[in-house]
Amino acid sequence: MISINKEALDQIRRHAESSYPAECCGALFGVKNNDTRSVSEIIPLPNRWDGESAKQRYLITADDYIYLEKTAEEKGADILGFYHSHPDHAAQPSDYDREQALPVYAYLIVAVEKGTARDIACWVLCNDRSAFSRETMNVTSS
Amino acid sequence: MSVRVLIPSALRRYIEDKDTVEIEARTVEELLDKLVSQHDELRRQMLTEDGGLRGFINIYVNDQDIRYLDKYQTRLKSGDVVTIVPAIAGGVA
Ligand SMILES: [Zn+2]
Repeated sequence: MISINKEALDQIRRHAESSYPAECCGALFGVKNNDTRSVSEIIPLPNRWDGESAKQRYLITADDYIYLEKTAEEKGADILGFYHSHPDHAAQPSDYDREQALPVYAYLIVAVEKGTARDIACWVLCNDRSAFSRETMNVTSS
Repeated sequence: MSVRVLIPSALRRYIEDKDTVEIEARTVEELLDKLVSQHDELRRQMLTEDGGLRGFINIYVNDQDIRYLDKYQTRLKSGDVVTIVPAIAGGVA
């Protein structure tokens, strides 16, 4: 299960809408206890693809990842996962998402339809990398 | 010939939660073989079925990307630091 507050979710929606028709991306920081990830903060990041590519791809580079690890450590948080948007596509992971994913992380996807954020769903890759399973999302008010 | 390997947080769970391991290796290829040989799950996440490095895994020798060195044949010497870093990517297509 992933627990995230409404304000953080709204922030992700706004990031997705302002990036449209490009994909947006960012990291989810927080703590993990057993199977529950509690998001304390989201870290919006630039999509390192640009132009036409950015409309169907997002990229958080190795340098960005190093920055995130350092920042998480300073905050005493863990990198719980990442979010990205699917402009005019459903909030379901693509084959490309699966090829690029790591089972340790949660992947939150927000569907954006004609510039308006719609469904949000969270996914975790199974250990054998064959498929994602959908995570229950618990939206808190504070 | 001992080389220090820095493991990113994303992969530590597959290698007894270690953030650093010391490995004796003369090339990056030998280092990768040794690193994954006793960790099947690490192998599955880092390498494809035919043994190539997954596209999102980056390897640096003393902060230089092996793609711009001699790739898997990049030579290692005692005291080198090898860093493994994933990129995070995806998209609708
Ligand atoms: Zn996607």
